[in-house]
Amino acid sequence: MFELPSGAEIQAIIASLNASVGYFIPEIYLSVLFMLLIVIDLVAKGRKNNLLSLTTLAGLAGSIFFIVPQHSMKAGEFFFGMYVLDEFGLFFKYFFVISGMLTVIVTMADEQFDSETKSMGEYYALVVAMVLGMIMMASSNDLLMIFLSMELVSFSAYILTGYYKRNLQSSEAALKYLVYGAVSSGLMVYGFSLIYGMTAQTNLIKISASLAANGYDPLVMILATLLIIAGFGYKIGAVPFHFWSPDVYEGAPTPITALLSVASKAAGFALLVRFYFVSVPHSLQPYEDIVGIDWHSLLIVIAAASMIYGNVVALWQKNVKRLLAYSSIAHAGYLLLGIIVMDKFGTQATLFYLLAYFLMNFGAFYIVILIANKTGSENLDDYRGLGKSMPLAGGALTVFLISLVGLPPTAGFIGKLMIFAAMLNKGDLYIVLALIGILTSVISLYYYMLIPLNMFLRDSPHSEERSMELSLPSRLIMIALMVLTIYFGLYFAPLSDFAKYSSALYGMSFQ
Amino acid sequence: MLSLIVFLPILAGLVILAVPSSQKQVIRIISLVAALVQIVLAIVIWRGYDPSLAGIIAAPGGSPAGSFQFIERVPWISLDLGGFGKLNIEYFLGVDGISITMVILTALISTIGVLSSWTIQKQVKGYFILYNLLATAMMGCFVALDFFLFYVFWEIMLLPMYFLIGIWGGPNREYAAIKFFLYTLFGSVFMLLVMIGLYFSVIDPVTHNHTFSLVAMASQENYIKDAILGPDNVFWRYVAFIVLFVGFAIKVPMFPFHTWLPDAHVEAPTPISVILAGVLLKLGTYGMMRINFPLFPEVFQASLFVIGVFGAINIIYGAFCALAQQDLKKMVAYSSISHMGYVLLGLAAANSEGMLGALYQMFNHGTITAMLFLLVGVIYDRAHTRQIDKFGGLASYMPVYAGIVTVAWFASLGLPGLSGFISEAFVFVGAFSSVTTRNIAIVSVLGIVFGAAYLLWSLQRMFLGTRKPDAAYDLEVGSDGHEHIHFHDWKGKLDLDGRELAMLVPLTVIIIILGIYPMPVIGLLTTSINKLVTVLSPVVLTTMN
Repeated sequence: MFELPSGAEIQAIIASLNASVGYFIPEIYLSVLFMLLIVIDLVAKGRKNNLLSLTTLAGLAGSIFFIVPQHSMKAGEFFFGMYVLDEFGLFFKYFFVISGMLTVIVTMADEQFDSETKSMGEYYALVVAMVLGMIMMASSNDLLMIFLSMELVSFSAYILTGYYKRNLQSSEAALKYLVYGAVSSGLMVYGFSLIYGMTAQTNLIKISASLAANGYDPLVMILATLLIIAGFGYKIGAVPFHFWSPDVYEGAPTPITALLSVASKAAGFALLVRFYFVSVPHSLQPYEDIVGIDWHSLLIVIAAASMIYGNVVALWQKNVKRLLAYSSIAHAGYLLLGIIVMDKFGTQATLFYLLAYFLMNFGAFYIVILIANKTGSENLDDYRGLGKSMPLAGGALTVFLISLVGLPPTAGFIGKLMIFAAMLNKGDLYIVLALIGILTSVISLYYYMLIPLNMFLRDSPHSEERSMELSLPSRLIMIALMVLTIYFGLYFAPLSDFAKYSSALYGMSFQ
Repeated sequence: MLSLIVFLPILAGLVILAVPSSQKQVIRIISLVAALVQIVLAIVIWRGYDPSLAGIIAAPGGSPAGSFQFIERVPWISLDLGGFGKLNIEYFLGVDGISITMVILTALISTIGVLSSWTIQKQVKGYFILYNLLATAMMGCFVALDFFLFYVFWEIMLLPMYFLIGIWGGPNREYAAIKFFLYTLFGSVFMLLVMIGLYFSVIDPVTHNHTFSLVAMASQENYIKDAILGPDNVFWRYVAFIVLFVGFAIKVPMFPFHTWLPDAHVEAPTPISVILAGVLLKLGTYGMMRINFPLFPEVFQASLFVIGVFGAINIIYGAFCALAQQDLKKMVAYSSISHMGYVLLGLAAANSEGMLGALYQMFNHGTITAMLFLLVGVIYDRAHTRQIDKFGGLASYMPVYAGIVTVAWFASLGLPGLSGFISEAFVFVGAFSSVTTRNIAIVSVLGIVFGAAYLLWSLQRMFLGTRKPDAAYDLEVGSDGHEHIHFHDWKGKLDLDGRELAMLVPLTVIIIILGIYPMPVIGLLTTSINKLVTVLSPVVLTTMN
């Protein structure tokens, strides 16, 4: 029988909620921003796109003022353990807010929106909703909360992917994304329910304690593991849950592709790290499993498969966005390597790699947009001779691609260095995985270099001189991203210290 | 001082960035000035260098000072990794006998390269920016004593090289450029893993932290016994040695990893061929002497025979391939493979004579092959073909050119009195006196015969006799009543012009002087070579364990 809580209990609940709200201010702020954008869209007349985008930009920037004070708060869980505040979550708050801001900037530069759609009202509101959802994903500490925040991100992303309403490719992408997303979150929820069935808990920390104390049925555990990995794997775009990503990346508006490939993937990783590190009890050895399938070896297989598949299939791509989609599958594999190591150094390496990936991938997509503005195409063949007409963009794109390959002196190189260092520090099995990572990065050189090859080594089929002048703000943003990519390749201590600071997870202490 | 010589070219590159691309002459002059200053700095370093200090490993007490010279060492990145100690990366430069010769060579060849680039007309600005980036990276590799720093310079070299071949190269340049890039990257990614492994295995004797310092890594007592590349971990030490060796061997290039070289040379513009043959190939053998061998001396001792055999294959196979070439540049490229084989053979001898010969051969090969490629470029500029049988009788029409070609060709085949002879002689003396490589040395001597064959044969076909019916030029009787040749669309001077002489004469002089009196170079490197041989010798290893 369900009993109504007594008055005193209700008082206690309200007191607890009141105490928790103090930890939740950035999220509340973003929700207000989301509604404000909708209201502006309804109220404002005439050309309001600039008003909306600037409000979003300023609003997202403003949220940083609410995030910074949280560093001084004590790490802990609140809202009855649904949600946590820790350094790890804070890292992702910055990460997603800045991704959101960059997405807005990139959107403002993208001229395709002008031709494809009239109103940008919901667009910016949905970007904010997605940022909010991703922030909540990174800080959720409860199966229910994980599911809710993931769905908030997914629904926003479905709509944003199909934002070019009259564009068939965009609509197809949205539908594919929706179908795959629905299936995988269904599977994930099933996995959650199995976990709940075994432990009667939804709180990650309590799940861990319960599994450690009461043991578990290996068969059910494996099933649950597989199902949950399907959900997370879909978000991070790892093999074999990647099928949506090339089509969606190609069809979606490019700023959204950038957001999906960087932020949404990072959110998946945040969730994966938290779930994997907090809820799987570490008192149990990962290899104790009877059937021999466990989180750890599953992730190893997924990482290896993602690196190999992503890098090899990318070799045949003719469309730059599709090429970057496969590259992002491969990068999911590299990022997983850092998690597999399962120690503080590995987590630090993953976070660092995410930061580097953020810079270089956003940079690459930004230039793809600028080029598409001028040429109207994202095909490799149409990149021929562009190095001559837009040398700065070509040079910057080359820097980002070199960083994606992992060559010095770029941030991407340091990311790979740290991940491989974390692996070699652990021993023999990891050396084999590191070898796969190293060899596939050689393969990746070939297809990344196809872009500079077309830009610089081949001549444009158009004989006439086309005007390729880029606007000053675009050039400044491009240069800023490029300089940061190189700067953090030469002097990475600040980023790496921040990553180390942020590798502290609530409810989990590394041995 | 070393920082200046390393970063001078890239500073020039930054200045060029600000120059409008129409000012071609200004861009060229900026590059030339930077290169000339680099030579002056190299001379200053050379004069200030004390050849009695050995280098290779740290001085007693673990400090590199007192062993290396012109040291610049500042912490670059220091990260606290919690339970894993500290990650220390240093900006650590210094020279010893092995590197100072290469520093001089690099400064010299860079300058020659700039002069040779004068004829580049397409996208001059981009060309010189990339060229200067390349020059910085090459110089950096030779003076870096921190493995991380070395690796960064090593990889930075690839990208400018890719574009320099890919944009300014011949018809098949796309293929050649990406082949070069993939081959070298394949070699160097393993180096990354070995570098990380070494980092976790080595403790700096002074600071007691893990370190990337190559000086600390060169002393076996600094290794942690059970670390991943520590002395107890024999399997991984062998693996690490082999992958490092392959990485460097690709650069040398050693058979069977040599196939990128002919492609790259044939497609690359002349100055880039000069840089490639003159400096880049040396990085492979330099890497072996600086990193691969001293860090894994016991594995080196175990693989002497194999290295020697690969050296012999390079010598003979390269010579055979050169013999078969119709394209003059391809012939020179294969001769380059053949001559780098002598370096490998000398290293495999693992005694002072052999090692000395190897290092001296690296220097001489740098100057001689640079000359060969310049000379190929001279004739290609005029005739737009490099087919050997499209010429004939050139000696009577271009006497100065023919004279310099003869000197270069004879230096390449090892004629006594020219510098190539001395280094090859040392290599053979060394290889013969080592029991392991004696038989290999005997076989390798054949390489000299074949070397003479292809060089003399090409000389004969191109310069002696008379004009061939299908030659790349016409004969016409000039106003003075003598016969002249005439290249179809060549407007310049028929024989060598001033700029070409400015590149070729200094090299010729160096080759002749070093052939008669090699002490300026040999004197620099003897102490270091002796030290290197001691570090690598099995006696030291057994006493240490």
